[in-house]
Amino acid sequence: MTTLFDTDQYIINIGPQHPSTHGGLHVEALLDGEEVQEAIVHLGYVHRSLEKIAESRTYTQFIPYASRMDYLATHLPTLGYVQAVEKLMGIEVPERAEYIRIIVGELSRIASHMLFVGSLAIDLGATTGLVYCLRDRELIMNLFEMSSGQRLLASYARVGGFAEDLPEEFFPALQAFLDKLPTMVEEYHGLLTGNEILQARCRGIGVLTADMAVAYGVTGPNLRASGVAYDLRKDDPYGIYERFDFKIPLGERGDCWDRLMVRVEEIEESGRIIRQALKDLPGGEIRSKVPRILKPEKGLEVYYRIESAKGELGYFLVSDGGEKPYRIHIRAPSFINLMALGPISRGGKLQDIIANIATLDPVLGESDR
Amino acid sequence: MEDLFLNIARILHCWLVSGGLSAIGADLVLLLIKWISILGIVTMNVIVLIWLERKVSGFIQQRLGPNRLGPYGAFQTIADALKLLTKEDIIPAGTDRWIFMTAPMFFIVVAVMLYLVLPLGKDMTIVNLNVGLFYFISLGSLSTICLLMAGWASNNKWSLMGAMRSVAQMVSYEIPLAFSLLGVVMITGSLNLSDIVAAQSRFWFVLLQPVAFVTYFIAATAELNRGPFDMPEGEQELTAGVYTEYSGMRWALFFLAEYTNLVAVSALASTLFFGGWKGPFLPSWIWIILKTYLVMLVFMWLKWTFPRIRMDHLMSLSWRVLIPVSLANVLVTGVGIEFFRWMGW
Repeated sequence: MTTLFDTDQYIINIGPQHPSTHGGLHVEALLDGEEVQEAIVHLGYVHRSLEKIAESRTYTQFIPYASRMDYLATHLPTLGYVQAVEKLMGIEVPERAEYIRIIVGELSRIASHMLFVGSLAIDLGATTGLVYCLRDRELIMNLFEMSSGQRLLASYARVGGFAEDLPEEFFPALQAFLDKLPTMVEEYHGLLTGNEILQARCRGIGVLTADMAVAYGVTGPNLRASGVAYDLRKDDPYGIYERFDFKIPLGERGDCWDRLMVRVEEIEESGRIIRQALKDLPGGEIRSKVPRILKPEKGLEVYYRIESAKGELGYFLVSDGGEKPYRIHIRAPSFINLMALGPISRGGKLQDIIANIATLDPVLGESDR
Repeated sequence: MEDLFLNIARILHCWLVSGGLSAIGADLVLLLIKWISILGIVTMNVIVLIWLERKVSGFIQQRLGPNRLGPYGAFQTIADALKLLTKEDIIPAGTDRWIFMTAPMFFIVVAVMLYLVLPLGKDMTIVNLNVGLFYFISLGSLSTICLLMAGWASNNKWSLMGAMRSVAQMVSYEIPLAFSLLGVVMITGSLNLSDIVAAQSRFWFVLLQPVAFVTYFIAATAELNRGPFDMPEGEQELTAGVYTEYSGMRWALFFLAEYTNLVAVSALASTLFFGGWKGPFLPSWIWIILKTYLVMLVFMWLKWTFPRIRMDHLMSLSWRVLIPVSLANVLVTGVGIEFFRWMGW
């Protein structure tokens, strides 16, 4: 029997055109008043068929496309791709290039996490937080500009190393950035994490339990915030990561607060890794001898995964002996992490969906590919 | 300088009477002139305020803010206002046309009417109502109806959601707002704002009623729909809340009214708690402007450093904290007044 006090379900489409959906994300929210009964994620608005494009490009030509997936951590997807090709063909990389890979990769991670903190701040309504984080990220962008001439989409990595060596002025600038890093993080704590309202908006919101996270295949900082110590840099070290000493920050409850704090701590840990790499940086070649046209043998296939800023980024390459890959599949962490958005938003408030999207930290360019 | 505006009014009055008008007719014409000048001051002031807000937010965010048009970007707001004036007036299909069109007008009318009772200087109240404070509060809550009109008529889910939030917010925050002012009223024994200013000749009421001031400040922020309580707009979750479907000058009217409300609420705060127009050396009307702007700067500071509070937290803050605190304040004030009387002070 329906009475006067029965309410209808209210369906609201958050996105794809919306201030806080980080690109073309579309969340269909079924509401009862302000309470969320169901949140359904619709994807594909930024689909550019990158995997298909790869089949009509040579192995080298795909490098710029790779950086257009996770454009916020530009070096990590390109490095992952380049390393996958190297593994496919058995190419050795000079020691100096390995160290520089660590440096630019971790810088990308810091840039991505800084933008995460800023975009979480603005999604919760604290406009100033965004500006502070963007100001600091700008220093990293300047470093990228020095290394490759590009700021946002630096296609710096090549198969076998890098396009060219780092310029002289890169190192003092990097050192200055590292010196400032603790002050920056302190400022975020003062402005954002110390704020009562932000704590109330994040603590206990969007809880992703460890079991659920594993069941959904969530990786990266989101998984670590749930208390699962899984980081490919430690658990399946690639490159030269086993030479460095760093911690894996862990959360306890897997709520928005833990996801925020894990990333802030990861910024500091990445800073530590860069400091170590900078100390041991050897001289020498930046790129090994690689044939101009890459032709892996027919029937070779490889799966290579790295710990990107968003989670486990995997490349599956199949060669048919030609100069173009036969098939590329990309395991995009943002895509898989986003699948947890519905379950963690259920039962929360409308405003919590926004916080959940922000703390899952998806990049739609990567999830839609 | 002190009686500048009073003298202007007196000269105008004499001039009108000598022109052949009866005394009542001259009063009416003078009232009209006062009204129009209030409107002019309010709109001009908003232009300054928007510029100030941009500069303040720029300062907080380590940016420069507007700096191209005019000295220190002072003409930027004028350019923006001109742009908004010349924009197409879009009324989407499916809206409740008349309500949609009139909502911003009512909003600005209500906002400007608040200035009627504010003492803007020594003997400078347009209408010296003996229930001035009551008038102010009751009119202030009317603005919510305009937001509800806008939200309902827009025929948009975001807008309706924003309107519902604004009504819920008003219902909760009107109570602590009124109770927080009761302490001041009990001390002075008058609802007339001029009397309240006169009662603060020895010390400001913020010293006697600090709790009331804090409660008033929080409740007023919620009433103003300003950050961190800007629920009806809630950009990140509701795109633009009640203003989603508005564009051009109608949107600008909402904006104008919000700033007008901000000035009125800040002026009331300085009248009730900071001695109104009373102050040494400078003319009274400069003092009230100074105090009002200082209160407004605090509002801006809050807005640009705090995240938005969640809707249910907002409600529990009002019902669990502000209302009990303001009620307790009324009780303590009453006991205090009786105690002072008993002591014979």
